[in-house]
Amino acid sequence: MHELSITQNMLDLVLEQAEKAGAREVGKINLVIGEMSGIVDDCVKFYFDFLSKGTIAEKAALSITISPTTVRCLDCGRSFKPKESDWTCPYCQSNNKEIVAGKELLVESIEVE
Amino acid sequence: MEIKVLKDILGANEQIAEKNRQLLDSNKVFAANLMSSPGAGKTSLIRETIKRLRGKVKIGVIEGDVASSVDADIIGKEGVPVIQINTGGGCHLDASMTYAALNSLPLKDIELLFIENVGNLICPAEFDLGEHKKVVIASVPEGEDKPFKYPLMFHKADAVVINKVDLLPYLKFDTQAFSRTIKGMNQKAEIFPVSCNTGQGMPEWVSWLLTQLGNRAKMH
Repeated sequence: MHELSITQNMLDLVLEQAEKAGAREVGKINLVIGEMSGIVDDCVKFYFDFLSKGTIAEKAALSITISPTTVRCLDCGRSFKPKESDWTCPYCQSNNKEIVAGKELLVESIEVE
Repeated sequence: MEIKVLKDILGANEQIAEKNRQLLDSNKVFAANLMSSPGAGKTSLIRETIKRLRGKVKIGVIEGDVASSVDADIIGKEGVPVIQINTGGGCHLDASMTYAALNSLPLKDIELLFIENVGNLICPAEFDLGEHKKVVIASVPEGEDKPFKYPLMFHKADAVVINKVDLLPYLKFDTQAFSRTIKGMNQKAEIFPVSCNTGQGMPEWVSWLLTQLGNRAKMH
């Protein structure tokens, strides 16, 4: 639902970095989006086409890597992907844990000319 | 040529949020960002809290809604300064909207600021507004499964208010199981079962707020 503002922020960041590098055109944008962020990648692509028009990023390809939610058990130290409605540790049944991945909203890199 | 960026997409929002936090701190205001699904009772919780702190704590409110000033009108009747933000379709408040609202409030005369976010369990979780604490309100008719469906929201909460507990006799809602789920995702979350209708649990919630206010005051 919040893809419009996320995409605008992402585009601003990309343009700032591209201009700093003196680029004429942005060819590719590599994003990492956490599964927990609830971002729908098709929406980001849709808004990006619309927002990037008239900028040096208008022809850029978007590559989106979804980072799956990963939890680390603080008792046995093992990492696991939580089940849909059960986040207890599958190895030691502990409920004591931290989220180590799945929250990302990153521009990892851009390819420019 | 490839350029490594590795920057948070919401970095710009976070910078403005930091500015908001400084503005709040310099005016000795403690701010809580209240988030929930529509109808969970954010406005009722604010209203009931104002009633209990009248004459003790100076309260201000920012109301965020897609449209209308229904909530600001309700809160305005309680005689506290209130600013309505209409996001005009936007599903969450962001730091720059909050900044504009902060500048329209008499911050010198406010000790406790409630920022009522747009009713939505997804988007508001991503946007730091410059608040000191994030409070999620979950009402019992919504069901026990919400933390599994919206993990980011519950993961980021400093406090979770379980509202409408007066309805528990009519519902299948296991408060203990719900609390266990939240603690499993977020050990720091304080949990307050309340009913804005009957007043049950309100003293504990209000006491937590007063502790937060006291902690802020000590820092200045």
